Amino acid sequence: MAALAQHTLAAPAPAEKADGYWIGVWRRLRRDPVAMVALAVIVALILMAILAPYLAPADPLRGQSLRRLRPIGTAGFPLGTDELGRDMLSRLIWGARLSLFMGITPVILAFFVGSAIGITAGYAGGRVGTVIMRTIDVFYAFPSVLLAVALSGALGSGTGNALVSLTVVFVPQIARVAEAVTTQVRQRDYVEAARASGAGPVTIVRVHVLGNVLGPIFVYATSLISVSMILASGLSFLGLGVQPPNPEWGLMLNTLRTAIYVQPWLAALPGVMIFFTSIAFNLLADGLRNAMDVKQ
Amino acid sequence: MIIGAPAHDPFERDRGGPATPLLTVKGLLKHFPIRGGALGRVQAHVRAVDGVDFEVMKGETLGVVGESGCGKSTTARLLLSLIDPTAGEVFFDGMKVGSPELSLKEFRRQTQMVFQDSYSSLNPRLTIEASIAFAPQVHGVPKREAVARARDLLARVGLDPVRFAGRYPHELSGGQRQRVNIARALALQPRLVLLDEAVSALDKSVEAQVLNLLMDLKDEFGLTYLFISHDLNVVRFISDRVMVMYLGQVAEIGPSDVVFDRACHPYTTALLSSMPSIDPDHRTMEAPLAGDPPNPINPPSGCRFHTRCSFVEQVCSSVQPRLTEAGPQHEAACLMVVPGSGHSKAPVGTGVAA
Repeated sequence: MAALAQHTLAAPAPAEKADGYWIGVWRRLRRDPVAMVALAVIVALILMAILAPYLAPADPLRGQSLRRLRPIGTAGFPLGTDELGRDMLSRLIWGARLSLFMGITPVILAFFVGSAIGITAGYAGGRVGTVIMRTIDVFYAFPSVLLAVALSGALGSGTGNALVSLTVVFVPQIARVAEAVTTQVRQRDYVEAARASGAGPVTIVRVHVLGNVLGPIFVYATSLISVSMILASGLSFLGLGVQPPNPEWGLMLNTLRTAIYVQPWLAALPGVMIFFTSIAFNLLADGLRNAMDVKQ
Repeated sequence: MIIGAPAHDPFERDRGGPATPLLTVKGLLKHFPIRGGALGRVQAHVRAVDGVDFEVMKGETLGVVGESGCGKSTTARLLLSLIDPTAGEVFFDGMKVGSPELSLKEFRRQTQMVFQDSYSSLNPRLTIEASIAFAPQVHGVPKREAVARARDLLARVGLDPVRFAGRYPHELSGGQRQRVNIARALALQPRLVLLDEAVSALDKSVEAQVLNLLMDLKDEFGLTYLFISHDLNVVRFISDRVMVMYLGQVAEIGPSDVVFDRACHPYTTALLSSMPSIDPDHRTMEAPLAGDPPNPINPPSGCRFHTRCSFVEQVCSSVQPRLTEAGPQHEAACLMVVPGSGHSKAPVGTGVAA
């Protein structure tokens, strides 16, 4: 019996195609309940932002001075009204659009710019790498909040300028990570082997470096989305980012600040949204980091 | 005379004929600067490879042995210009590498390397097939053809292409990965393969399989090997000639049997007696070599081995021995071999080998 079973096992195996890397990452990520909840929250938020016109019960911009600062649970206004009598629920739903946009876009832009700078510096190494990285380090002299505020202040208020200043804040951080990861990968034997086979630097970076460094950089960038959201909210709060009356969580937090003694729960609502969104992005980044760690 | 010349040369790329060495290394030198102080000035040099000359004949296997840090791996990397040599010339089949006659890229096509760490030497994000097909594509082979060649090579190194071509390195065992690395090195149809501790990380049964595979492939493709290892048993098994290195210099070079049975250099003797023996009568009771090799930043004067040598005499600390003939094709850098060197055991007069 045993011999028979063994014989069956030893039969020629059919053509095997291993799963791709990202399929493996997804399989491992799916087993991580925390990351999956975080992912669900993020998907829900994105859907909410996209479907805002259909989901929001009222116009987020129209208010009535007669029904200002109604508490949570008021008939017709499930989450109350803000200081100008606008429906809070509608404003929070619409606010997801600008808040997510301000959280994600600068990180995407910085991901491309920072990766390009960091990978170049890391692969070139030596003097070239040092010059690039020391230049990048200049930006580290300023705390990121201060830098974002200073840049926004200099460029003038507005969504576009806030976007630019946030990107500038994140480029050095991503470049730093990209440089570190690339330096590590450059020393691997497969890069040496590629050089030994006569491949030029561009080919080596394209085939052997990018695939191995973009993953870790991507994970780091994901964790920056929450920072970006909070910074963007901060800029809006200071009047440098999104301008009223547009709904954006940071700006809403600012304008409701005066109502904190009258309706503390109401005033906290945009903060709660920022909190949950950034926590979700951070937890997803943690999950991704674990899932992308290929075991030997 | 060539030892172990192949019966045929399947690639008909032989230029200089069998008498021309496939690889000639002249005065290879690598000093790594050590920078220090506030201004980052060069304070000293690590003399990793300090004037190495040798030849690899066509179709032979030259084994390179020595302790850790003696410059074996640095030599291999210098040969492929993976690190730039401080000085020295490399000739391949009579042509100077880097000259208009033979570009570095063309030399690299004909000389490939297998690394020790089978995991780190394969890109974890590429399939086995893609890793092997990469180098031919760099040299202009169309993708379809390169992949076909990769599958053919997988079969030759004993891995079923149907099962393994689409897999990733982490799904393979160490022995399987090293087979892939060998296939990858052969993908460019090289004439010379540098094996840098290629079997050292494998367990003994797998090591034997891979060694046999290497010998088979050598016959099949008419290859020449430079086999670097610290494992003397393995080197003896696979090599036609052996080169012993100590502190960045060649201590002894000669046919495998001669070096293993009638070693001239005290360092080789000590190294050989450190080989574990199964025979209880030949068990080594004390370490033949005490301590670590001296610091290559400040190597000892005269003969580099004199600090650990049991035959050391006054003259050894002042005169640096040159590689001197000790027998047919057998050279050693020891004052006991150099005639009239002043060492009490040196042969008197000229031409008489010890």
